[in-house]
Amino acid sequence: MARGIRDKVAILGMGCAKFGERWDKDADSLMLEAYEEAIADAGIETSQIDAAWLGAAFDAVNIGPSGIPLAMALRLNDIGVTKVENYCASGTESFRGAVYAVASGAADIALAMGVEKLKDTGYGGLPVRTRGTTHDMIGVTGSAPGNFAQLASAYRARHGVGADDLKRAMAHVSVKSHANGAKNPKAHLRNTITEEQALNAPMIAAPLGLFDCCGVSDGAACAIVTTPEIAKSLGKTDIVTVKALQLATSNGWELQGSGWNGAYFHTTRIAAAKAYQEAGITDPRNQISLTEVHDCFSITELVTMEDLHISREGEAWRDVLDGMFDADGKIPCQIDGGLKCFGHPIGASGLRMIYENYLQLLGRAGDRQRAEQPVFALSHNLGGMPNQNVSSIAIVGMMGA
Amino acid sequence: MSGAGIHGFGAYVPVTRLQRSAIHAFNGWFAGGLKGLAKGEKAVSGWDEDPITMAVEAARDLYADGARNADAVTLASTTHVFADRANAGVVKEALNLADTVMTMDAGGSQRCGTSSLIAALDAAAAGRTTLHLAAERTTPKPASEREMTAGDAAAAILVGPGPGLARLIAHHSVAMDFVDHFREAGEASDYDWEARWVRDEGFAKIAVPALKAALAKAGLDGGRVARLIVPVAVRGIPELLAKSAGIAPEAIADTLGAVIGHAGAAQPTLMLAHALETAKTGDILCLVGFGQGCDILLFEATGAGARPRLGVSGWLARRRESHNYGQYLFHRDLLSLEKGMRAEHDSKTALTALWRNRKAVMALVGGRCTRTGTIQFPKTDVSVNPNDHAIRTQEDYPLADVPARILTYTADALTFSPDPPSCYGNIEFEGGGRMMSEFTDIAPDALEVGTDLRMMFRIKSFDELRGFRRYFWKAAPAH
Repeated sequence: MARGIRDKVAILGMGCAKFGERWDKDADSLMLEAYEEAIADAGIETSQIDAAWLGAAFDAVNIGPSGIPLAMALRLNDIGVTKVENYCASGTESFRGAVYAVASGAADIALAMGVEKLKDTGYGGLPVRTRGTTHDMIGVTGSAPGNFAQLASAYRARHGVGADDLKRAMAHVSVKSHANGAKNPKAHLRNTITEEQALNAPMIAAPLGLFDCCGVSDGAACAIVTTPEIAKSLGKTDIVTVKALQLATSNGWELQGSGWNGAYFHTTRIAAAKAYQEAGITDPRNQISLTEVHDCFSITELVTMEDLHISREGEAWRDVLDGMFDADGKIPCQIDGGLKCFGHPIGASGLRMIYENYLQLLGRAGDRQRAEQPVFALSHNLGGMPNQNVSSIAIVGMMGA
Repeated sequence: MSGAGIHGFGAYVPVTRLQRSAIHAFNGWFAGGLKGLAKGEKAVSGWDEDPITMAVEAARDLYADGARNADAVTLASTTHVFADRANAGVVKEALNLADTVMTMDAGGSQRCGTSSLIAALDAAAAGRTTLHLAAERTTPKPASEREMTAGDAAAAILVGPGPGLARLIAHHSVAMDFVDHFREAGEASDYDWEARWVRDEGFAKIAVPALKAALAKAGLDGGRVARLIVPVAVRGIPELLAKSAGIAPEAIADTLGAVIGHAGAAQPTLMLAHALETAKTGDILCLVGFGQGCDILLFEATGAGARPRLGVSGWLARRRESHNYGQYLFHRDLLSLEKGMRAEHDSKTALTALWRNRKAVMALVGGRCTRTGTIQFPKTDVSVNPNDHAIRTQEDYPLADVPARILTYTADALTFSPDPPSCYGNIEFEGGGRMMSEFTDIAPDALEVGTDLRMMFRIKSFDELRGFRRYFWKAAPAH
């Protein structure tokens, strides 16, 4: 395995727009909102940014093609701006571009922006779109809930978990995220819900009810990264560094091959193992302090606890019900509300997760600050669907941790 | 070998059986006179079926597990999907038949089913084997008599040299432009003239003489006929023909009106396939085709030959009762419902890509790695086998007839479907190969991991903007 980039790149500043139904804002205004916070946090000028990456997934129904929308929104200084798209993992993908640019020495300071303006479609949920000329003839596009709901059918069959037990564990995931989101002023959904509400909600794609699905939001999030040395030279003392950044992309084995049982994410298991190695983590269940995972659906969060090697296979549902991932649990998950309640402006989500982990590490998370000082904070940003996806993992921690 | 005969038969009846009482419950206030017809049930195809998909199923029923031998494929229908694209050609692709097969569509009359059968028999005399198919999916006007009597079905007869399981004795045809009803090209429904006139001037003066002439040509006495097949929905007509030709009333074949309805130009083939299921050695079968003239065909059953996978009776047993007249109307474009914005998704087909991928799309042909034996769908340049990503080693591997089972599933209420919820999931083929597939003919609460599946050729989506439809394979419950 490659040597990795542990501690080679520091986060200089981060920002995040308020997520939600931002009826009055265009994408460029959302990007500016995130950027103003990040640049102030970084304490630099726009002219000091050497390169930028823009993550957006549904560009055809919001910002349009290329890196130009970011360059124009921020009036960047004639630098190279690259737009990246990797389904819902586009946010972490833009972070990866900026981090790698700094790690390579090609840029001293780089910007990662993720944005999505989803509430201009006229209907709720993600926009319907093509998945390519040939796929549209032989594949099933379905909806996001329909694709992820299948995890539950396979999980039950694989692990012999009763439908009611699993549904209750899924409800616990959502009740917890609503409780967390209620404490987050930037969250899209700030209401608390009860287990009964989650269990009795209208069915979207069996067995996923309304509260098993995350919100679809407008929003933007931004990171400015540099080397730890430059960060110090700019006067930073508490330096958060990237411990690991890994990505795994399905090559068709799950969809077309044999062996996958449909109850887990093959890519997440691979990316997690590589990330732990890169970060020097040997016992994730006891070393990871908190996680922000891609909880597009309650069942996704549940099985991801296993794929991150935190819960044992087939037992995440028990850990969930035991409160292990609650805000006051052993390893809080979605302490900011997650995709479920912070919201899911696709291209911004990966950066939003890193933003929360960054705030938590620096003790700047306000009412939702984890009581015990975190050491390693992990974010997991997934794009696609269980049988074909992009899974990215970013682990951040204090310099020296 | 001399002469021509029937070498195989098959049928297809859609699973949904709409109760005529449900139709009348809705329309009775307006069309009270149809109360007498509000009995029994009619077979109605789903939103994803048409004469092409139904014909494919009838052909698969005929071939069962046997070799798919045919020099030609003909499809008879008065409700052809395409006015300019060989409908039989689509069926040929779905059946994965050789490109050297000749294809031809027959249409234009209720009689086209029997006329194309006669043409196939004539070709058999010249040594050619024809897969004769007939399928119908009509859109009768709501609250019409035809709505009560019509049904959807398809049937298949394999015609070839030699006697087979039923030898052709004789055929006889007359053509007269007797317009008892009509439907101009592009129109959805028929316009009918008075039934009494059709009986007295049509059946009595055209069909009866034709039947007598055919029997005379064959040198047969009417009393020899074991099965008189008169595919006419009007009560009393089969009896009229039987009596006039000296055929015993017991010989009159069940019109299947009570359980399927009248499937237009497919009804003669359907009833013939039904009669062949129970025909005994030496039985004389007399088939009547009526429409702007009359065709009469006389066969003698030999007791030999292949059996269909299910046949008419098998398909009849695969049945789901429906009282949902509204769903029927919507699926036939007779009722406009708000589909929502998700239905606006553009289903434009790249015809270039369709042609390149026609084996995969139309015949569900996957690939099998000649080095590792790995089976996959679709066939790709590089094998999916994680232990050997062999390049360009795959040979064609047809999956359409390979049993499969459910690996994962959902019933999705968010995705637009003309028949919500949209059911789909990952499936696994026996012996290897996986894909994500839509489920059809399945009740959402019947979905379970491990459920046995059988692939069926169906409409995938409609391109309403351009007047095109996509076909692909879906998974249906095997039992």
